[in-house]
Amino acid sequence: MIALAAFAMGTGAAFAEETAPENVSFDGYEVAESLTGVPGDPEKGREIMTNKSAGNCISCHAAEAYADVPFHGEVGPVLDGAGDRWSEAELRGLVVNAKMAFDGTVMPAFYKTDGFTRLGDAFTGKAWPEGEPVTPLLTAQEVEDVVAYLKTLTE
Amino acid sequence: LAFGAGAAMADEDAELVINGEIEIVTKTAAPAHLDGALDEIMSGWRFRDDTTQAMQMDDFDNPAMLAVEDALEIWATADGSEGKSCMDCHGAAEDMAGVKPVYPKWNEAAGEVYTLQMQVNDCRENRMGAEPWKVDASDALAMEGLLSSVSRGMPMNVAIDGPAQSTWEQGKELYYTRTGQLDLSCATCHEQNYGNMIRADHLSMGMVNGFPTYRLKDSKLVGVQSRFKGCVRDTRAETYSPGSPEFIALELYVASRANGLSVEGPAVRN
Ligand code: HEC
Ligand code: HEC
Ligand code: HEC
Repeated sequence: MIALAAFAMGTGAAFAEETAPENVSFDGYEVAESLTGVPGDPEKGREIMTNKSAGNCISCHAAEAYADVPFHGEVGPVLDGAGDRWSEAELRGLVVNAKMAFDGTVMPAFYKTDGFTRLGDAFTGKAWPEGEPVTPLLTAQEVEDVVAYLKTLTE
Repeated sequence: LAFGAGAAMADEDAELVINGEIEIVTKTAAPAHLDGALDEIMSGWRFRDDTTQAMQMDDFDNPAMLAVEDALEIWATADGSEGKSCMDCHGAAEDMAGVKPVYPKWNEAAGEVYTLQMQVNDCRENRMGAEPWKVDASDALAMEGLLSSVSRGMPMNVAIDGPAQSTWEQGKELYYTRTGQLDLSCATCHEQNYGNMIRADHLSMGMVNGFPTYRLKDSKLVGVQSRFKGCVRDTRAETYSPGSPEFIALELYVASRANGLSVEGPAVRN
């Protein structure tokens, strides 16, 4: 408990208050502030991006960086070099809601809970249960992990 | 980069001739109503790997033809309170050549657009006194497969004007509406991204000229509307049900996007 409290103080107020999807503050298409205040873990980010039941970014994006995982999609651009092309704030904005950067893009918004048409309950084909708070595709910390991994994709 | 390693790619220039005699148009100019969206339309057959393509070139290798044989038996068997079979009124199944390419189609008596399965059920209920089949039930798909098989090689030619027009418009609207938490429409995958891999799947134009299709993954025939349901579910959306007015409209619209391609059902897909 003591260690945790000390850690929380060390990282400031942002730790206690994870930014909810509706409160993410965009500057254009950039999100400068971490959603959790806890640094992302690139290893976890890689796992999320290549896992079908998590981010599943791999279904649309290929990258040499995760060439060991089979079946890369071609719907989006190859992500090698994304860490050079974009700043951390830009990458966070892209993962939270890529529609802010690319109008009408195919890429889903991964940290958003409203504005959907016929929102379903995951892949069941059933409606999202009425009144239940909607969960975003990725948690705040998962977004940070993915951003941390994207930053490592330099050439 | 080893894109989609393991997923053998289709030969872009392969042509489909069934049983060495039925020539199938798998690529042609898009119908006029697709102006600005697509110049050319292609059958899903073109996007499948060599092995899957080959299975459709000979009826002995096409697993869907077993269902067609079942349907031939149903065709000739009396059912229902009237003691009639399809054959009693329609003659040989081959005489139905030319029916499949124009469905879904407006039915004047019913005052609505009928899919082929609805038309068959209309005959079952109202002319045979038999129980209607459920949408995409195995008998319904087998019969649709039979009716499709006798029209193979004929161009899809679904009417989009006249009394069917408002249903067609509704289907078009649905085709372009992005749904679910992934916020994708039919068009995002099948119009903007055909030819691309989405994970291990090679995206086709989502054409229905091959339906009902034998899906190797499911080892059985799959109907158009059940296929739609799977695609909508994959957007993390609340789907419509097969048989719903929405899916009837969507079937009409998607069928019209294939106008000009040959009927090739029952096709083989993975
Ligand atoms: C359904 C397809 C799809 C999925 C899933 C998807 N993306 Fe994208 N992404 C795209 C497309 C398409 C673009 C190109 C933007 C545009 O022009 O529309 C893009 C662009 C990007 C870019 C900028 C491209 C560059 O390298 O300059 C990044 C970074 C990115 N995506 C990361 C991700 C991450 C991380 C995930 C998963 C958490 C993801 N994407 C999931 C389709 C997708
Ligand atoms: C008692 C007679 C009768 C029987 C039995 C019957 N039908 Fe029909 N069927 C008709 C008539 C009459 C029509 C024309 C209906 C119309 O024009 O609306 C028709 C129309 C059709 C059509 C549409 C043809 C077109 O050109 O649009 C199909 C397909 C069809 N029947 C299939 C079947 C099948 C399959 C069965 C058996 C399961 C069957 N019918 C049993 C009388 C029958
Ligand atoms: C997330 C991507 C995605 C979306 C959105 C999507 N589909 Fe599909 N669809 C696929 C994939 C993958 C396949 C299997 C490979 C192929 O044939 O394209 C497929 C297959 C099909 C097929 C079978 C094609 C054949 O030749 O057998 C049809 C028809 C179809 N889709 C129609 C639709 C319609 C209509 C919609 C919208 C209601 C839709 N799809 C939305 C990904 C999608």
